[in-house]
Parts: sequence; C-alpha cells; structure tokens
Amino acid sequence: MRRAVLIAVPYLWLLALFLVPFVIVFKISLSDVALARPPYLPQFSWDEGILAFLSELDFENYIFLTEDDLYWKAYLSSLKIAVFSTVLTLLVGYPIAYGMARAPSEWRPTLMMLVILPFWTSFLIRVYAWMGILSNEGFLNQFLLGIGLISEPLIILNTNTAVYIGIVYTYLPFMILPIYAALDRLDGSLIEAAEDLGCSRLSAFWLVTIPLSKNGIIAGSFLVFIPALGEFVIPSLLGGSGTLMIGKVLWEEFFSNRDWPVASAVAVVLLLILVIPIVLFQRNQEKQQEAEQ
Amino acid sequence: MNSTAFAPWEDPEATPLIQFQNVTKRFGDFVAIDDLTIDIYEKEFFALLGPSGCGKTTMMRMLAGFETPTQGKINLAGKDIAPVPPNKRAVNMMFQSYALFPHLSVWENIAFGLKREQMPKNDINDRVEEMLRLTRLEKFARRKPHQISGGQRQRVALARSLAKAPKLLLLDEPLGALDKKLRQETQFELMDIQEKTGTTFVIVTHDQEEAMTVASRVAVMDHGKIIQVATPDRIYETPNSVYVADFIGEVNIIEGTATPNGEDSYAISWAEGQSPLKAASAKPFSEGQKCHVAIRPEKVTINAQKPDGVDNLVQGKILDIAYLGNISTYHVELPSGTVIKAQAANTRRIARRSFTWEDSVWLSWTATAGVLLAE
Amino acid sequence: MNRLSWFNVVSLTLGFAFLYIPMLILILYSFNESKLVTVWAGFSTKWYGELLQNEAFLNAAWVTLKVAVFSSTLATVLGTIAAYVMIRSGKFFGRTLFSGMIYAPLVMPEVITGLSLLLLFIGIGLDRGVLTIVLAHTTFSMCYVSVVVSSRLVTFDQSLEEAALDLGCSQAEAFRLVTLPIIAPAVISGWLLAFTLSLDDLVIASFTSGPSATTLPIKIFSAVRLGVSPEINALSTIMIAIVTVGVITASLVSKQQAVRQKKEEQAAERAA
Repeated sequence: MRRAVLIAVPYLWLLALFLVPFVIVFKISLSDVALARPPYLPQFSWDEGILAFLSELDFENYIFLTEDDLYWKAYLSSLKIAVFSTVLTLLVGYPIAYGMARAPSEWRPTLMMLVILPFWTSFLIRVYAWMGILSNEGFLNQFLLGIGLISEPLIILNTNTAVYIGIVYTYLPFMILPIYAALDRLDGSLIEAAEDLGCSRLSAFWLVTIPLSKNGIIAGSFLVFIPALGEFVIPSLLGGSGTLMIGKVLWEEFFSNRDWPVASAVAVVLLLILVIPIVLFQRNQEKQQEAEQ
Repeated sequence: MNSTAFAPWEDPEATPLIQFQNVTKRFGDFVAIDDLTIDIYEKEFFALLGPSGCGKTTMMRMLAGFETPTQGKINLAGKDIAPVPPNKRAVNMMFQSYALFPHLSVWENIAFGLKREQMPKNDINDRVEEMLRLTRLEKFARRKPHQISGGQRQRVALARSLAKAPKLLLLDEPLGALDKKLRQETQFELMDIQEKTGTTFVIVTHDQEEAMTVASRVAVMDHGKIIQVATPDRIYETPNSVYVADFIGEVNIIEGTATPNGEDSYAISWAEGQSPLKAASAKPFSEGQKCHVAIRPEKVTINAQKPDGVDNLVQGKILDIAYLGNISTYHVELPSGTVIKAQAANTRRIARRSFTWEDSVWLSWTATAGVLLAE
Repeated sequence: MNRLSWFNVVSLTLGFAFLYIPMLILILYSFNESKLVTVWAGFSTKWYGELLQNEAFLNAAWVTLKVAVFSSTLATVLGTIAAYVMIRSGKFFGRTLFSGMIYAPLVMPEVITGLSLLLLFIGIGLDRGVLTIVLAHTTFSMCYVSVVVSSRLVTFDQSLEEAALDLGCSQAEAFRLVTLPIIAPAVISGWLLAFTLSLDDLVIASFTSGPSATTLPIKIFSAVRLGVSPEINALSTIMIAIVTVGVITASLVSKQQAVRQKKEEQAAERAA
C-alpha cells in the first residue's frame, strides 16, 4: 500500500506535467490556426462529443511543413550543424580528455574540476562571452589585426561559424567527461603490450586506445548531438539571419507568428527526428552497463 | 568434542527450535531449496555447508524473513514464522559484508536495534557496554566503522546482532573477509561467545574447516537439498555419500562391485588382476552391487618394504610428493593407472626419508579404515 | 606513463585556454571604465554599482532565486522517491513508461518541453507566473536528481537496509535512519544540480513565465540580444564568481574528507 503511494507520487507528476503536455502538443498540431484565444480550433467541448471533435483534426499542418521549404531546410540545416559541431567537439575534446587521462594522478582531480566548472556556469553567460570576442571590433579581430595576420576584420558573429564555435565551446565538457572516463579505465599496460608486440606509438593509439575508448566517444557524441539539434540560445545569439535552426524556427513560429498549430507540428517532427539518436544512445548506455557488470 | 555431552538431536523428547517442513523456494524456474525438512535445536551451533549456489544463503534469508518459502512451513519455537516480518522476528543476522552503518559509531551501531525496542536509556547503556566487553571493543566505542580494522568490524557486527539477545543468530559467512590466521583465532572466539550467551547459532559457510571447527552439527548441502546432517566427526568418518566424502577433506574413491563375505564384511573387486579389497560396512550391499570405497589419505600407510598381516595391500610408484611441513601427501600410481593419495607424518628429517619420486612403494589399510558407499 | 608528452601538454594548455579565456575576458571587461566593451579605458567598478541600482535586474534575480529554491527542493523530494522506486521496487505496472518519462526530459530539446508545458497551462487555465515556472522546473530537474540519486543507490549495499530491518526498523525507519543519511551526499548534489539548472534556464522559463514573473536569464537574454553591455558583464562576473567559489569549496571539502577517511582506514589497519 505504502509502496503504491510512493510509486504514484512521482508517476502521476510526470504523467500530468510531461506526458499529458505532449498529448496536447500532438492534438494542437492537428488543429487549425484561428483568431481566437487560445489561437487554434477546434476546442474540445463535451457537448459536441469526441467524434465531432476528432473529425475536425487533420494533418494539414504537416502537409504545410513539407510545402514550405523553410521548414525542411531548417531541419536539414539543424542536422548539418549538429553533425558538424559534434565532429568538431570530438576533435577538440578527445586530445583534452587524452591529456587528462595521461596526466599525473595528483593533477587529475584538479583538471576534472576545471572541466566541470564551466558546466556549472550559466549556459547563457558562456554563449554571451563569445559575442564580445567574435564581433567585428571584438577581441579576436583586434588580436588578429594587431599581429598583422589580417588586414580586414573577419565577419564571424552572426554566421554559422559563430554557431559552431558556440556549440563546441558550451558542449565541450559533455564530450570530455565520458571520453576521459573511458580512457581513465584503460589499463596502461595494454599500450605497453601493443608496443612490445611491435606497434609504433601511433599505431598503438589507433589500434588499442581508440577502440577501447569507443564507448566514451559514442556517449559523448550523443550528449553533444542531441541537445545541439534542438538548440535555440546559440543560433539566436551567435547566428545570423542566414542561420536556420529548428529550435529558433519553433520559437519564432510561436512567439512572433503566434501560429501554435504549426509550432506544435514542428515540435512533433523534431521529436520524431530525435527518437532515433535517443534510442541508439540508450542502447549504447545499456550495452556499456552490461559490459561493466 | 561437546557433542558427547550436548546432543538434543538424539533425544526424541526434545522439541526443536527451528523446523523446516518440506520447504521449497523457487526463483522463477530456478529451484533454490528443494523440499527440505530439517530440525535445529536450541543452543546448537549449526553449520550450513556447501558450494556457492547450493541454497544455504537462501535458507538463512528465509529464517531472517528476507525471503518467503514458495511451499512448506518454517516454525520457530513451534510457531509458523511466515506472517512475521523481519523487523518483528526474534532472529538477528550477521551479514557477510557486516553491513555496519557507516554514519554511526561503533556504540551507536550496537545500540541501533535496542533503540528500536524503546528500551529505557540506562538499559541500553548497560547492554551496549556488556556487548562491548564481550567482544573486547570497549576502546573503540566512539569510532566509526571505517576507523577500525577488519577484525574489529567483524566483532562489531557480531555485537550488534547479539545485542537484542535473539533466540536465533544467523551468521552469513562471518569470517569470510578475514585472513586465514585471524579467521582461525576468531573461530574459537565465536564458539566461546556462543557458549557464554547460550544463543542458537546458524552459520552459513563454504569453508569446510570452519564448519568442522565451530559447529555442533553440520548440514552438507547441494542443489537445494541437504545431503547429510551429522556431527563433524561423523561427517568426516562416516560420510553417507561420495559427494560428502569428497567435499569434506581429502579422500581416495575406489569404484568396484561388492560381494558379501561374512557379517558386515565385503570383498570389493575393483581392477583387473588386483586382489579384491576387504571392507567393513554396517550398511548392507547386495551381491554384485556397484559401490565406492572411500579412504582418507591419512588412513593409508605407505611403506618401502612389503608389510605383513594387513587387510588391503597394493603396490605403486610415487608420482608426486606434496610437502606440507608437518605431513607429506604422496600420490602413488598403481599399475591400473589409479592414483591413491597417502599421508605420512614427517617425523624424520627429509634427508632421511626412505622413499622419493619414482620409488616403488607399498600402500596398505585396514578393512575398517574405509567407508563403503553406494553413491 | 606519468610524464606528460609535449603533445599532451599542448592539448591540455590549448584546451583549457579555450575553455577559460572567453570567461576571463568577460570578467576583465566588467571592470572597464568605458561603455564601449571592446576598448579598455581604465579600471572601474561603476558597472557593479549601476547593476545594484537596476531594480528590474534585482527583481528578476529575486524571482529566479525563489523559483530555484522551491523547484529544486520539490525536485529533490520527487527525484529521490523516483530513484528509490526505480531501483528498489522491482516490477510494477507501467514501469517501462515510468523509466521512459524519467529519462526523456534529459534529452528533450528545451523548446519542446517549454512549448508543451505552456500549452498545458493554457489548457487548464493556469495563470502564468512563479507557480508555473516552479512546476516546469521541478518536472525537468527531478529527472536529473533521480539520475544522480539512482546512480548512488545502484552501488548502495542493500544488506545495510536489510540489517536495519533485521534490527527492528520498519521500511520507513530503515530509509530515514540508514539509507537517507548514507545517500545524503548524492541527494545534496542532486539538489545543487536542480538549483543550478533552474537558475540557468532561459527557454523553458520564457515559455512558462508570465508578465508578472520575469527571471534573470530572460532579462539577460533580452538585454544581450541588443549587443554586449558592461552591466551584463558585471552580472556575469558575479554569477561566475559564486559558482567558482561553490564548486572549488565543494571539491576541496570532498577531497579533504576522502583523504581523512583513507588515512583513518590505514591507521586502523596498521593498529590491528
């Protein structure tokens, strides 16, 4: 009995505030936009019954998404940005994680803390920090002009490049930590054994270290890719008018155009796109847990 | 051996403290306990001995109340304990991991169960002090579990589980985490405390030496069944099966067929071209029945010269010698390929030993030295 | 093995420079005299003064703090229960759905969570304000708490709870007297995580807040959309300073505890 209450409390909370809202989003995505409050039709009413209500719903908004190329371009561009920035984050993060794992053991807690610290710092502030660096008269341009590397300021802020930098910067800890965890577990004698058996440094790294840190790489990549796909803050602060990302489109559809049904349809499609990487990620985590047991 | 003075299991009038009546426990398809019936008496030090997965821990957890039998009944002092939850049972348990509460001091750990009983404060103090004295932990009362050694932790766990003066104390591999030397000392301490407090102890162990040392009776288990229950000496001297003989100590098993040749006496034919072995057995065997002769290595005598007037005699070649200091075990290969182990005390210095590797030697034993087993 | 190769030194130096230089520039220029954020015109703390005069920011900070305290506390209670249920309750009806609902918010884009909660609040006619933000923040941060707490519970030696039952505790007493004190560090870090997430959140708060309740991130976001400002730099510096002090203190304390525990354990073994 007590157990049932214990289960029911968080269960009902999540049902009411997580699952039910999604059902509502899905329902509204099938409604029509209207000049009303709330701005969509049909409204459910008990008088007319469920059937009459259901007959009013249709997939018009989804058809609209395929017809207006803004949306599928935004999905494609989000995917492209998420994939590229995940690869970039991996390229930046792996050497750092590797360096941490090879550092003397008394340094490691400090290095670990240095990686975690930005994670606790406001996301918004970390994105904002780059606005001052990347702008036309920003520090990066001042620096590059100062050392004479360029003669004209580079235009970086409000371009996709700035978005890439922003994503790599803010999500870097998510990439470093799982890779570091994998590398930290790696038995150093394995590398020595590989070298003893005739591997060069580089081929030992390629044939032993990389395969054994595979799980960390996969976990880190998903942890960057999944949130990057629906990212809103970074494209709206660092990106320009040319930066198309679905999170931003959804926001504008909702707040600027007040087209709730289309915004809902955009959300449902984004969710469907995310299901695949989320399921893959979950599989990877489970496999890893099993391997550890 | 205290079994001569203390043997309630031989007294038909005695009422057992614990009765397992046809208890079966299944986890899904896995049968952990298979239709098991056994009585355990008050003040016994009862050992459940068996390899891991034999069901001994499940039996203990059913007594503590963490598992319920799928079928059958468990009685404690004549009452079915199935409806009694673990926190209401007059049974306490000492966990294999000790399960000491890391956030509480030694004193608070021992007082933990007493406080749950709403015992008056002074009584709690007295009882905890008594337990600390019993386990020689007075100096460590204020320490936290991580501030004391493994052996001391073991004693805290014991003190904590004894503090409520349970009718029955369950000990799950109580000495498993200690090193060998400490384990041997602690065994005697356990027996001492058991005797002083008069509590019934049920101990689970996979260590046969430990079971033999501490227990008044040992139950050897395998695959959810009890194979034999007896005092340690009887388990060792008269095992009821090859499994028990093999599990407890070292043994030579010789397979053959029995032919009765007198009262409680049999001739065992066992190998081509070898004369039959003589063996005594109170248990009847029929003509031509398959049987096993189990002989302990220390009951096999090894000689360089052929001895006279012995019941059983075989000749072989020394294959291996395991030197253990006080004794040596000789592995002797017979012409049939069978290897027989024989033990001899090293009463003379090694250099003066009369046989060594590859030597041909004679092995002999009496008709009553071995046990005749059907399976 | 324990000597860093030049490659590792370079990658660590560059990596940490990349992580920290932007924040250092931000902090440095919060002390800039000039309104022009990219030109250094001398040291000054005037932007901090102006920040403290700015009532809109102070109000937003107060709302944010209230929301964070309420939502993280509620999320800690719910998340701990959820973790306990997931690890200890075995099979129950709808367990898969439950575990799905616990993990999904961790990977859900904030825009979707925010949108769906907003539509719910409108649907049931709940006025948007502090309450709706608290409900929204509790919902997603309880999932983080539950992940943190359940990873501790997985390694929790269950025989400790059994020992408590064996010594006469009821289930509830066993949880209160044994389990909770032992997993307390995980519960506290869960609370801290929930608190930080709530302080940080822009997107979900934007969807679920009303005109009566503006949080600090919403305020910052609308200010920085217009460009870099020294006042925001000052505000950011204060926030970075608080977090830095907190994280360093926490890691020093836990390190010290670990060292002391290890020393005491060694001393105990030697004495034996």
